[in-house]
Amino acid sequence: MNHVVIERNEDDVLLIRLAGRWVLGSGFPSAAALETELEREPRPSRITFDARQLDLWDSSILAFLARVSQAGREQGVALDTSTLPTGLQKLLGLAEAVPEPAGARKELRAPAFLERLGEGALSAVAALGEVLPFVGNMAGASVRLVRRNARYRASDLWLLIQQCGVQALPIVTLISFLVGVILAFVSAVQLQQFGAQIYVANLVGVAMTREMGALMTAILMAGRTGAAFAAELGTMKVTQELDALTTAGFPVFEFLVLPRVVALVLMMPLLCLYADFVGVLGGATIGVGMLDLSWTMYFQQTIDVVRLGDTVGGVFKSAVYGLLIALAGCWRGLQAGSSASAVGGAATSAVVTSLVAIIVACGLFAFLFYVLGL
Amino acid sequence: MIHELGTGTGARPCISVHDLTMAYGSYVLMRDMTFTIKQGDVFIIMGASGSGKSTLLRHLIGLNQPAHGNIYYQAENFTTADSGQRDRILRNVGVLFQGGALWSAMTLSENIGLLLQGYTDLTPAEIRQVASLKLALVGLKGFEDYYPSEISGGMQKRAGLARAMALDPSILFFDEPSAGLDPISARRLDQLILSLRDSLGMTVVVVSHDLASIFAIGTNSIYLDVPNRAITASGPPKELLAGTQDPTLRSFLTRGEKP
Repeated sequence: MNHVVIERNEDDVLLIRLAGRWVLGSGFPSAAALETELEREPRPSRITFDARQLDLWDSSILAFLARVSQAGREQGVALDTSTLPTGLQKLLGLAEAVPEPAGARKELRAPAFLERLGEGALSAVAALGEVLPFVGNMAGASVRLVRRNARYRASDLWLLIQQCGVQALPIVTLISFLVGVILAFVSAVQLQQFGAQIYVANLVGVAMTREMGALMTAILMAGRTGAAFAAELGTMKVTQELDALTTAGFPVFEFLVLPRVVALVLMMPLLCLYADFVGVLGGATIGVGMLDLSWTMYFQQTIDVVRLGDTVGGVFKSAVYGLLIALAGCWRGLQAGSSASAVGGAATSAVVTSLVAIIVACGLFAFLFYVLGL
Repeated sequence: MIHELGTGTGARPCISVHDLTMAYGSYVLMRDMTFTIKQGDVFIIMGASGSGKSTLLRHLIGLNQPAHGNIYYQAENFTTADSGQRDRILRNVGVLFQGGALWSAMTLSENIGLLLQGYTDLTPAEIRQVASLKLALVGLKGFEDYYPSEISGGMQKRAGLARAMALDPSILFFDEPSAGLDPISARRLDQLILSLRDSLGMTVVVVSHDLASIFAIGTNSIYLDVPNRAITASGPPKELLAGTQDPTLRSFLTRGEKP
């Protein structure tokens, strides 16, 4: 165990006796007793040490001595370290060799509620201000794409198309099949009471093609691909790959953002069509398995009720969702900070931004289609 | 972890490597390496880029497993040790990675404090005090509450050193300590390494190809030779420079100057 004894001799010299084992694991004494002794009148002239009884030591004694030295400095009392072991003297010297730069220390305080509210509002406005140049850049890049002078690698585009198309099929299959099954099952229980089982096909068919196909794919792709875009671009920012692209004359918007947006906008409608079909298949499984309908009856009913306009509307919506997801993912990735946790934050906010955008767009579409009588 | 007064720097072996072969799959990087690092040494692992210096360091701290051979910490076989033993041995070891490898989601004080929190019973106030001390030792007094991304590369490196020293290890590993530092900071880091060794009796293992630093601080060294895939020279760097006949080592130690 460590021991500290503070003595004051007749010529007002403070003698600090250090003894025992000083090991980090067992803690170290506070300098409070010393501070009261330093403030007691008459003020001590200097501080000396007696370390003859000192056994083992590590940083813990150094931390204590650093406090002693600081307290001495604050009270204007000189420190005489010449009786300390040489190693300790050197380390103490090292710890005090570089003075603290003025103004370096951060002021830490919890901001008040109003302050946080205000900062939140300001950052929301600032984020809005960042969206506009982003959209503008994107529009410019799109124009160059149409004029065929955008700078990007075609192989990247094909790879991205593969990543957000074919490679998304398994999860889209799973989810849309389940959505079809759940829709059919929930409605079957109700419709059976009226002997109207066959209308399960109507419900599943219309719901999938008008809304659910596009919406479920969009939510899936926001979590799967939007987050991946944000994480990838965020990491590229951290490792200065974006800077390297910019200085090499490849605009980030054309080289990275554009292929991602194009790939997702092209693939989302296909995924949506596929999801519509698999969802209907899920509904049919319940219709055939639980409601004693035949496959032919179920599909005939579906074909009769689902209008081409519904399907096209759903597919169109999914393309817009794709655009929103790709933009949100790339935007959040590009504005990521420069640390590992910032990349995680970018991925999270990409998903949240995409979902909010999707829901808002979904509401707008519902209103628009109603007004247009579609 | 504890430094006994008056022990000085004895000649006890601290790390011994026997017949170590390093390989990635079937590609053998270096074979049959045998050397001993003594307590209190500043031991330099030198060699050209791609010679496997950093890989050797990764083997020494257990991040890579040897294809063949053993590594001993004092009398304990580190290669065959189970994870509990390994953890115990590694508590005595601090590593400064090339880029500092600070945890970016934590402030400098938290980076150091995490280790103290995990392996000592110190109170939060004491942890903060020790963390401040460690930062002061590397000349970063006042930067406790900064995040790694808010300070310069050289400062990150020094903060990495403060973290490596958090638990007062008896062995410190440095992977390219001077990489990315200006000459003056590199020299200051060298002096810091020396004074830490002198006052705490640490053993220091440095992976480096910075000649100025090698000659300034090295008390012993090995040279990893790429064409032979083996250690072709060992000894204090200055003696190697004076005595070697090997043309590749000579050219390495003289920056390729013709004799």
